Amino acid sequence: MPNNAMTMIRQRVSWLLVAGVVALIFVSYGATPAVTTALLASTVRQSTPLVLGALSGIFCERSGVINIAIEGMMLMGAFVGFLANVYTGNLLVAVLAAVLMGAFMGLAHAFMSITLKMDQIISGTVLNILALELTGFFYQQGLTTQGKLTPVRIPVLADIPLIGPVLFDNPPITYLSLVLVVVVHILLFRTVWGLRTRAVGEHPKAADTVGIDVIRMRYINVIIGGMIAGLAGGYLTLEAVGSFERAMTNGRGFVALAVMIFGKWTPLGAWGAALLFGFANALQTQFQFLGISTIPHQFVGMLPYLLTIVVLAGFVGRARPPAAIGQPYEKE
Amino acid sequence: MRAEVVLEVRNITKSFPGVVANDNVSLTLHRGEVLALLGENGAGKSTLMNIIYGLYHPDSGEIIVKGEKVQLGSPREAIEHGIGMVHQHFMLVPVMSVVENVMLGIESTQGPFLDKRAAAEQIRQISEQYGLKVDPYAIVEDLPVGVRQRVEIIKTLYREADILILDEPTAVLTPQEVEELFEIIEALTAQGKSVIFISHKLKEVLRIADRITVLRRGKVVGTVRPEETDEQQLAEMMVGRSVLLRVEKPPREPGMPVLEVDDLWVRDETGHMAVRGVSFRLYAGEILGIAGVQGNGQTELVKALSGLKHAEKGHIRIAGQPVTNLAPRAFYELGLGHVPEDRQHDGLILSLPIKDNIILNTYYKQPYSENMVLKHDVIAETAKRLVEEFDVRTPGIDTRAGALSGGNQQKVIIAREFSRPIRLLYAVQPTRGLDVGSIEYIHRRLVEKRNEGAAVLLVSTELEEILALSDRVAVMYEGQIMDILPVDEATIERLGLLMAGVRDATRTAQTTN
Repeated sequence: MPNNAMTMIRQRVSWLLVAGVVALIFVSYGATPAVTTALLASTVRQSTPLVLGALSGIFCERSGVINIAIEGMMLMGAFVGFLANVYTGNLLVAVLAAVLMGAFMGLAHAFMSITLKMDQIISGTVLNILALELTGFFYQQGLTTQGKLTPVRIPVLADIPLIGPVLFDNPPITYLSLVLVVVVHILLFRTVWGLRTRAVGEHPKAADTVGIDVIRMRYINVIIGGMIAGLAGGYLTLEAVGSFERAMTNGRGFVALAVMIFGKWTPLGAWGAALLFGFANALQTQFQFLGISTIPHQFVGMLPYLLTIVVLAGFVGRARPPAAIGQPYEKE
Repeated sequence: MRAEVVLEVRNITKSFPGVVANDNVSLTLHRGEVLALLGENGAGKSTLMNIIYGLYHPDSGEIIVKGEKVQLGSPREAIEHGIGMVHQHFMLVPVMSVVENVMLGIESTQGPFLDKRAAAEQIRQISEQYGLKVDPYAIVEDLPVGVRQRVEIIKTLYREADILILDEPTAVLTPQEVEELFEIIEALTAQGKSVIFISHKLKEVLRIADRITVLRRGKVVGTVRPEETDEQQLAEMMVGRSVLLRVEKPPREPGMPVLEVDDLWVRDETGHMAVRGVSFRLYAGEILGIAGVQGNGQTELVKALSGLKHAEKGHIRIAGQPVTNLAPRAFYELGLGHVPEDRQHDGLILSLPIKDNIILNTYYKQPYSENMVLKHDVIAETAKRLVEEFDVRTPGIDTRAGALSGGNQQKVIIAREFSRPIRLLYAVQPTRGLDVGSIEYIHRRLVEKRNEGAAVLLVSTELEEILALSDRVAVMYEGQIMDILPVDEATIERLGLLMAGVRDATRTAQTTN
């Protein structure tokens, strides 16, 4: 009973929060329409790699495999996508290359943690270091690309004030990330695949006794997770920046992990969390843009990371990870 | 036999490295009957069932289901042949709903989506047909253990099983829940299902089975009907020699209070309050049994009473000395002996030899050490003597504790604890997982200690054990002591109600009596 009361209170508080944020946006839009629109549009774009990274984590962890290699998977995807863009000049091919690279990284992680039964944290760390060093080693300065993915205006919808420019005037991967949030949420909670994935992540032996192939489920989910992380990397080099820099993921993979936990391993939750972090990032950029110089920019730059700590330490409550997470499955 | 044979196991042999788990085992199961499979731990019951359920592959022998010889390579194939198994450790995902758990693996769908409504409807039908009450949309972890077991049974029926294997199904249930389970089993067999009921509890087997097949050391000893046998005979078939089921003990001569506990509160690992205001007195020369379904605070209570867990509130005194939240050594110095619940984790260091395990709580004292140096010759001598005296079956005192059987591990602990001068003894699940011979031995030793004037706290989830040994019985439910009864007033029914948290009904029963 007290548990139910607590969830009731929590739900009410969250709805109040959402209502408050919406009200705040309207007030702010009334006062400074241009700044507000820019800030929110920037929030959506900043949150894209985080949401994708978190979805990658959700696929892996819901099936019982810890993925701290999101960072490395993103970085490799970013790099290979960039190279493909440089050498083919075809952005679609480049995005596919990034996704494929992510799939390979996922396969590597799956092999180490599922087949070799390595400690999954170690396996993930290995991949992170590998990605950092490989991309650093092979990257040459001076490579240039013909372009990057550009915003596609959706007619009519894009003309709605505030919502239009924020949601319906974005480049393709940003749209795709929004679609994926909904699709993965439905996949996870409404389909056979999702039910089996969750069962495998919670109680693999129970899944095994009703004839579900635990190893196969985990492999496929980890590879899909890798693909989505690769896409997140592709977003950075093919949509956001248009070029590659050493270590350009800059901790986003780890923030994505925090986003996933903050969102309690659900895609919609992760989306909300990613928007929050995206907003912190956008605010930071906006501050620097507007030349608010009373606060040193290093401190402003800390905002998203500070938020990570505060949110994870204080507001998540008891987030419960999938029960079998981190444990390799062994038949007797 | 009157009814059709639905399952026949012929000459199954299965060996694991070093042991023959099943040696030429045969049995038959008829439609609509309950066949009990009785045997001690390690007799080969689980191996046999895992073979029938497709988890293990036999070295030789054959399985015939409804007249057809089958190869069962996986649980999925067993399920296809109508075999369902309710595992001892439930195969349910706690955070999912009943309907999700039941449909898992054979999901009903509508287009690409799960059709939970259709599955829930089917669950309701099964519930009504066999009297298995359960809410399809309840989350499994919110359900009591007895209901979870029903969900497991529904899972097998949902897969249209007509041969149900129940592996030690009563181990986790209160007596009332056991009775409910038996009613369900009767409903199942009345409608043509066949049940294999695995157990080592003689009374239950005699109550529910139509026939009883006894296994010992991987072999079938015999098959009997309950009306032509009794507990004594079954125990002898199980163990292979005559067994003393009753423990003789002289009337209790209560002495001074040795352990005094007042309003004790203790948290569990997750921070929840697991012990909520427990108070009792334990007197010299008595055994106080603490009964209760597992997980009602017994573990945390004993840990706080031995200094292994912090008490949030309350007082503990041993022989009049306050010891609340002191280090474990303070407890031991005052004469506490502790046979812990998890013997492999808390009772022994498995990687150390027997001789080192024997001195784990006395190593720093004379005569085992002097000037901070261990005296190995004295230790070895003591270890040899104790191994002999407590009948530990081992190649030698240098054998690792981890290499011993469960019963012998427990004997090492008992040797260590009982060879010190103790006035207070905690025995937590002292016979769990042990064979009848070891159980008999340990029970005798516990009563001996009591007769010598020690105060004994016996924590067990086995009511039989509690009733056989205790002078008084306390029942724990959700962190509280529901009541403390003298053993001659503690009937199974009364204890069962208390274990289920029903205090008022007991009171009324008392007044009407």
